[in-house]
Amino acid sequence: MSARENILAAIRLNQPDFESLPVIDLNETIQYPDLVAQFSESLKGIGGLAIRINSMEKLKDIIVQEKASNDFVIDAIELVPENLKGLNAEALVTVKKAFIRGGIAVAENGSIWVKESQMGNRLLPFIAEHLAILISEKDIVANMHYALEKIDIAEEGFGVFLAGPSKTADIEQSLVIGAHGARSLVVYIQK
Amino acid sequence: MNVKTHAEAAAVFIADEARTDWHNETLWFVRQKRDKAAHGIPEWEHLREWASTIKNHTLSNLHQYLIEFEKNAQANGITVHWASTPEDHNRIVYEIIQKNAVQKIVKSKSMLTEECHLNDFLISKGVEIVDTDLGERIVQFRKEVPSHIVLPAIHLKKKDVSETFHEHLGTEQGNYDPQYLTEAARNHLRSKFVASELAITGVNFAIAETGGFVVCTNEGNADMGAHAAKIHIACMGFEKIIPKAEHLSVFLRLLARSATGQPITTYSSHFVRPREGQQMHLIIVDNGRSKQLGRPDFKNSLKCIRCAACFNTCPVYRRSGGHSYHTAVAGPIGSILNPNLDLKANSDLPFASTLCGSCSNVCPVKINIHEQLWKWRQIIASEHQVSMVKRIVMNGMSFLLAHPKLYRFAGMSGRWVMRVMPWMVNNQMNAWYKQREMPAPPKQSFRDWYQKNQNK
Repeated sequence: MSARENILAAIRLNQPDFESLPVIDLNETIQYPDLVAQFSESLKGIGGLAIRINSMEKLKDIIVQEKASNDFVIDAIELVPENLKGLNAEALVTVKKAFIRGGIAVAENGSIWVKESQMGNRLLPFIAEHLAILISEKDIVANMHYALEKIDIAEEGFGVFLAGPSKTADIEQSLVIGAHGARSLVVYIQK
Repeated sequence: MNVKTHAEAAAVFIADEARTDWHNETLWFVRQKRDKAAHGIPEWEHLREWASTIKNHTLSNLHQYLIEFEKNAQANGITVHWASTPEDHNRIVYEIIQKNAVQKIVKSKSMLTEECHLNDFLISKGVEIVDTDLGERIVQFRKEVPSHIVLPAIHLKKKDVSETFHEHLGTEQGNYDPQYLTEAARNHLRSKFVASELAITGVNFAIAETGGFVVCTNEGNADMGAHAAKIHIACMGFEKIIPKAEHLSVFLRLLARSATGQPITTYSSHFVRPREGQQMHLIIVDNGRSKQLGRPDFKNSLKCIRCAACFNTCPVYRRSGGHSYHTAVAGPIGSILNPNLDLKANSDLPFASTLCGSCSNVCPVKINIHEQLWKWRQIIASEHQVSMVKRIVMNGMSFLLAHPKLYRFAGMSGRWVMRVMPWMVNNQMNAWYKQREMPAPPKQSFRDWYQKNQNK
């Protein structure tokens, strides 16, 4: 017998009597009076920064300014650059800042669901030195239960709940922002 | 190989009293952060109950869920492998390495690969593997193993890390700044990520419904490796299965809060399909898990999500260090998992506990850890795997406690000896005297006091 058959046979023999799944009542989960305020607060707690913007013009100006520095800046807000997908790690490691769109955002923990098509390249949100994500105010939900109700997480080949900049506390429990991934995260919340 | 027992290794660890205190306080600080995070969620106890019930359900239907997961994963383009033993697991990894003729390999944290001793195996085959989690890289440089499943280098101080990085990465001697040291590791490991051809990751949750798997990190190292390399191998014990995507919400809410007090890890990545031109492999490992599933008293240890809350709260772990447990998964959960793998080699571990029950109280999936420790002790004692001294003492105690008159006489004698001849107990022959003063002997026993006072 193959390892697969052996393992499955042993599991079938040994698995305990059937138990039912629980009923998860969303009315019992935490709610917030002001989702934008709570999301911003949670994000601040994990080292990120939330900025509300009233118009896209504001963000466009910021991107223009960033690009003027001559650093490698990727703007995937309006349109994901066509060549982005083909860039390898060696090319992407020089990205100073990336601007991408995110989907559902979660007030209880400051995380944002970002899917592959929004990244343009799976490596981008992780390898960019600094990251900015645009979300829509109406996409903020109270907690993870609502997020997973709204998202089809298998819709694309890859997706991530991204919460704040990369961090570590592996040296004597001292928090250091900027482990391997982005050193900073700014989230623009569009009205 | 002569492995020290937990008590012997712990004696070495606590010889440095200042460091022991620091270790104890550091982990207690993590436990307090967990409490703060848990108390911020009014439905915390509901969440634990839901998580526990989902896991119980999954174990009761595991055969079906694994088949469903495999089918969906294969449809997604993931190659699924099955390994009964650590040797099978390591061989599968090695075959993929050989077949693709790759040399540059990065690995993010995976306790399963530690359990299988993958690194040692690959070194024996002449293959170098770079651990990319900061804590794991530190211990890898030092030729040590992780002492904690979430905080691998928690036994080390900044000075130790600084010296290790000075030797291996050429950082300034005497610069202990964690920011500076982390920056050095970031630059070093970024060059490894960019050059990597193959990335190995663990798995936190495998979702039967989607055929995808979720990997959680704070540093971003799993993603840096997996998205840069042309081959991704993910390794999981079969108990990582959860039925549906909606259940992920329950576990993601619990995991980081229980582990470090964060509301969620920085990255909770859901891998569904390999990217264009990438190979994605998933190895499902048994290594004794199917046997544990068949033990009614111990099966629910397989509900564990590896948050390490039981480590941080355990008074014995905090004061003995992870290496004293001589196994990949230390702490209270390790002490109920490892006897299943090798009862003889790990018969000391269920005794590395005060049975205070704190581990069970913080466990996000409600594993009755302290009760299982006690049950393992019974099995170990009935198989005569406890030391002669402990057996004689225990038999003596059990005789004494079963004979009230003798017990009262012994108590009276003990109090008299401690009062009149304190040197009889205050000496190094008495294990209880080590590292602590004996308490002042009470004038009377509780029984005497109660008899005198009950009618007042």
